[in-house]
Amino acid sequence: MTGDNDKHLPLEDIHKAAGARFGAFAGWSMPLTYPAGVMKEHLHTREHVGLFDISHMKLFEVSGPEAVALLNRACPLDAGSLETSQSKLSFFLNEAGGILDDLIVTRLGDTRFMVVANAGNAVADEKHLRALATGFDVKVEPLERVFLAIQGPEAWAALSRAGIETGSLLFMHGVEPRKNWFMSRSGYTGEDGFEIGLPEADARELVAKLLDDERVLWIGLAARDSLRLEAGLCLHGQDITPETDPAAAALMWAIPKEIRASGTFIGAGALRAAVERGSAQKRVGLKPEGRQPVRAGVALFDADGNPAGHVTSGGFGPSADHPVAMGYVATSLAKPGTRLFADVRGTKIPIDINSLPFTPHRYRKG
Amino acid sequence: MAKTYFTSDHEWLSVEAGIATVGITDYAQEQLGDLVFVELPEPGRKLAKGDTAVVVESVKAASDVYAPVDGEITEANGTLSSDPSLVNSAASGAGWLWKMKLADESQLAGLMDEAAYKAHIG
Repeated sequence: MTGDNDKHLPLEDIHKAAGARFGAFAGWSMPLTYPAGVMKEHLHTREHVGLFDISHMKLFEVSGPEAVALLNRACPLDAGSLETSQSKLSFFLNEAGGILDDLIVTRLGDTRFMVVANAGNAVADEKHLRALATGFDVKVEPLERVFLAIQGPEAWAALSRAGIETGSLLFMHGVEPRKNWFMSRSGYTGEDGFEIGLPEADARELVAKLLDDERVLWIGLAARDSLRLEAGLCLHGQDITPETDPAAAALMWAIPKEIRASGTFIGAGALRAAVERGSAQKRVGLKPEGRQPVRAGVALFDADGNPAGHVTSGGFGPSADHPVAMGYVATSLAKPGTRLFADVRGTKIPIDINSLPFTPHRYRKG
Repeated sequence: MAKTYFTSDHEWLSVEAGIATVGITDYAQEQLGDLVFVELPEPGRKLAKGDTAVVVESVKAASDVYAPVDGEITEANGTLSSDPSLVNSAASGAGWLWKMKLADESQLAGLMDEAAYKAHIG
């Protein structure tokens, strides 16, 4: 299932011992499922604690006197207004306003930031950021880290038992609790949870402690995908791409108002024009009628049979207990409750615009 | 007495009196993971070997199940509409997918017996 050229996780031996089934994703050989299976893994994360190895994702430290200026150029972000330890979802955009990648930017100090990038874009992101950095007094350093996500309502308790106190850390904040550690209260499941980047030796120690806790279970990429889809979170490459801008993707909330108006980030002009023009299509949640999943690539039609859009992610939501999907539809059809039809292998399945998320977020915001 | 055959696509056929009951093997259901939907065929549909007979959908992906031989669908396992997970829990029994009247029993000779299938999946 995985190719010879795929990169391997530093903790691969642990996943093998845990009985993981591997598959290729974004150039990495990744655990897709463990013996519990996607359904149990998904539900376990929502009830207890899911442990995910997300070391395919890349952490970059951006530091130097002009770190703020570089980030303000690279992202539609007011990096200088972030408080220390505050995180923000942002993007690298191309000149047309298209999304090259979505990122989490955390302020570590006056002139230091952590940028977390997607696996599939990590190489391009680094090149992009380095090219931009030549004009600034700034250092861009990719970090060699194991990256773990600990997600679920008991994540904080499991970390506490493992000797890591998270009490004062709120959602979308990140700190450096130990040397070469980066820990943020964030994730990709809609649950309360944490993401910790740390050296391999420390990671092995932490994983052993966490797995000693019966509330903690390894969770593979399959459940990571169903969890994020229920939570209405985008997967870059599917739900957002260089061909979609933040306005069409319904992600303008991530861009501060002043920055929309006067920011000088790459793609600012195009994005402003797109907002003014109004997007032809919008990203929406989609709920198929019945039990049959409607998957990425499926075409959508209105009641008269006219093309209405397409599905970008789709599958089954184990917690929602019905199929869930996301896609782009004509803006005039984007209102929740609008009924469309999905063409699945020649059968027209009724599918309704549904507000996102499908399962409520349970972040700890304070 | 029914005789059971296997295909390299991880299906089993239990043949009795010219009717084959078809399902996927335990190995196949394990590879697919938790099933959430089975698209069943209409009785009366004629299939040639290699045609898609059924689509099984896991949380993550849809997979075709092919007709292992020529024939006509006589029955689909309707229980799977309400409980697709039967394919996971009882792949070689209650989780059968469809029954078909064989058009050409000589095609069975090209299929594997259980020992050969076990060797096939290693």
